[in-house]
Amino acid sequence: MTNLIKRKKAERRFQLYGIFAVSLSLLFVLTLIVNIFSSGIGGFYKTSFLMEIHFDQKLLKLEDNPSSEQIEDASFRKLISYNFKENFSQYSKDEIKQIKKLFYRKIDKETQSYLLKNPQYLNQKVELLFTASTDIDQIHKGNFNRNIPEKQRSINNFQLGIYDQFIETGKVKKVFNKRYFTSGDSRDPESAGVASSVMGSVFTILICFLLSFPIAIFASIYLEEFAKSGKVTDLIEININNLAAVPSIIFGLLGLGILLNFFGLPRSTSLVGGMVLSFMTLPTIIVACRSSLRAVPPSIREGALALGATKNQVVFHHVLPLAMPGTLTGTIIGLARAVGETAPLLMIGMVAFIMNVPSTPLEPAVGMPAQIYLWSESAERGFIEKTSSAIILLLIFLIVVNFVSVYFRKKYEKKW
Amino acid sequence: MVNAITTENVNVFYGDKQAINNISLNFLKNKVTALIGPSGCGKSTFLRCLNRMNDVIEICRVEGKISINDQDIYKDQIEVEQLREKVGMVFQKPNPFPKSIYDNVAYGPRIHGFTDKKNEMDEIVATALKKAGLFEEVKDRLNDLGTSLSGGQQQRLCIARAIAVKPEVILMDEPCSALDPIATSIIEELITELKESYTIIIVTHSMQQAARVSDKTAFFHLGNLIEEGDTTKIFTKPDNQKTNDYITGRFG
Repeated sequence: MTNLIKRKKAERRFQLYGIFAVSLSLLFVLTLIVNIFSSGIGGFYKTSFLMEIHFDQKLLKLEDNPSSEQIEDASFRKLISYNFKENFSQYSKDEIKQIKKLFYRKIDKETQSYLLKNPQYLNQKVELLFTASTDIDQIHKGNFNRNIPEKQRSINNFQLGIYDQFIETGKVKKVFNKRYFTSGDSRDPESAGVASSVMGSVFTILICFLLSFPIAIFASIYLEEFAKSGKVTDLIEININNLAAVPSIIFGLLGLGILLNFFGLPRSTSLVGGMVLSFMTLPTIIVACRSSLRAVPPSIREGALALGATKNQVVFHHVLPLAMPGTLTGTIIGLARAVGETAPLLMIGMVAFIMNVPSTPLEPAVGMPAQIYLWSESAERGFIEKTSSAIILLLIFLIVVNFVSVYFRKKYEKKW
Repeated sequence: MVNAITTENVNVFYGDKQAINNISLNFLKNKVTALIGPSGCGKSTFLRCLNRMNDVIEICRVEGKISINDQDIYKDQIEVEQLREKVGMVFQKPNPFPKSIYDNVAYGPRIHGFTDKKNEMDEIVATALKKAGLFEEVKDRLNDLGTSLSGGQQQRLCIARAIAVKPEVILMDEPCSALDPIATSIIEELITELKESYTIIIVTHSMQQAARVSDKTAFFHLGNLIEEGDTTKIFTKPDNQKTNDYITGRFG
């Protein structure tokens, strides 16, 4: 009797440990998510100022009804200086210079793109939204304390005064930062975006999947169903299992040595990145696929064999379809790991400063994790937020991938 | 009486271990032959030699001569797939494919290329299911999973699956050991009906079952064939003392 009480007590104690462990890990995840989201969500928005612009034809040196090319060739510098003088006529030249610093330094380009989209603005006075400079953006979002001594901040008291005036007159707007999703990397936090790194990641993963999935499936089927057990098979098996545990940077070195130096494939491209990541993903998928093949009951194989099916038919009609859910899960886990991988991509040069959004896997690209790493090193305050926003996107991507994997598993899962 | 299968001096080895010692046994056409004996006596191993299911086991080696229609099945003239088309098999545990009932039955005819036409295939499936006595129960749900049927139905589905490839011989490896008495009696009735068209060889642990369904019985012990003959004779006055001991329940 006393023994039973002891045993029950042990069980309750064990449950308590379990609950403690689960809550602790939940707490960690929650902290991470709250922290990342609170600092990153702002990155999807930007502070903008409303300002009236007079698109004076003479200052732009444009003819009537200019073509897009002519607008692209026109210089908007003079127009901008003129408009600032007009809008802030009560201030001195030096003060206007300071006011201009509240705006993103490429305000002329912004104005140009407005005119490109709306040629009817020519010779009109229009109130338009202009991106604020990153410093004022950070102050507006509350990421930067404006009460510290003037010498320690890049925005001086005069500029803050102007900013407060803007707020009072309702000229400050918080708008969705579309550019963050459409443009590549930039030295300016105002115009830096994730598009090039997202496309880089997409291409890399696509190449990685196209290479590793079929190769892994054929390798596993051969090893599991056809290969005769012997020393060679054992050796291959041990090596594959060991490969799954090799540090990823080694695969990067392999890619650098073989793909870039020996085969001379283009550096920094998603093609090479995908190939390197597929080295890394292959063993993961093979291990998953082999264990799901092994989990298919032998009775199914025997049933098909006894009907006169060839070994090939047994595998492709019966065994592989049953092993598919497990294989897909393994594949997606492998790919999800590959998406988050940075080290091997560093070795093949996929950490470059890429402004253009790549449209093929043969163009230089950067992956999302490498982009996050690059931004996290940047000195500009605005990049802190960009980094967190990119992490949010990466997390969302991984969560989506996980749901897809669960969906496929449920869809193809069959019971016997 | 015509022999469907003849075997001469069959020896089977698993690595170094000999599982079957020099067995010669013939199976009559359109008769049910029961193989009985205690566990591990080699009756299943012997049965699986007849459609070369032992090929799958790498360490297994078969010696001797096994002929079907005077053709040695271990010689190269016959492909193992052709052999298994002629010699169907039903296993101990029902093992329908996790596919629809229809696809389970149609799978064999499909891979052997019996027909491309949908209506002919429907006919083959219906005939096989009728012969297996399952058609009435499943005709309205041929698209349901084969695995959704009850155990007895699953086993009859496996029999239908085997019948659909039009075999000459059906091997049954303890087909009722996973079934309840009612399902068992249905299968036993089915076996009696099927012997009109097929030669049936059944491995069973149940002496009563062997007595009920078989015409011939062979008693195996420790890899040796102890005695074979008409079922009535084996169960009433066996020649061998060991057989007598086994059927009266003194060992095994």
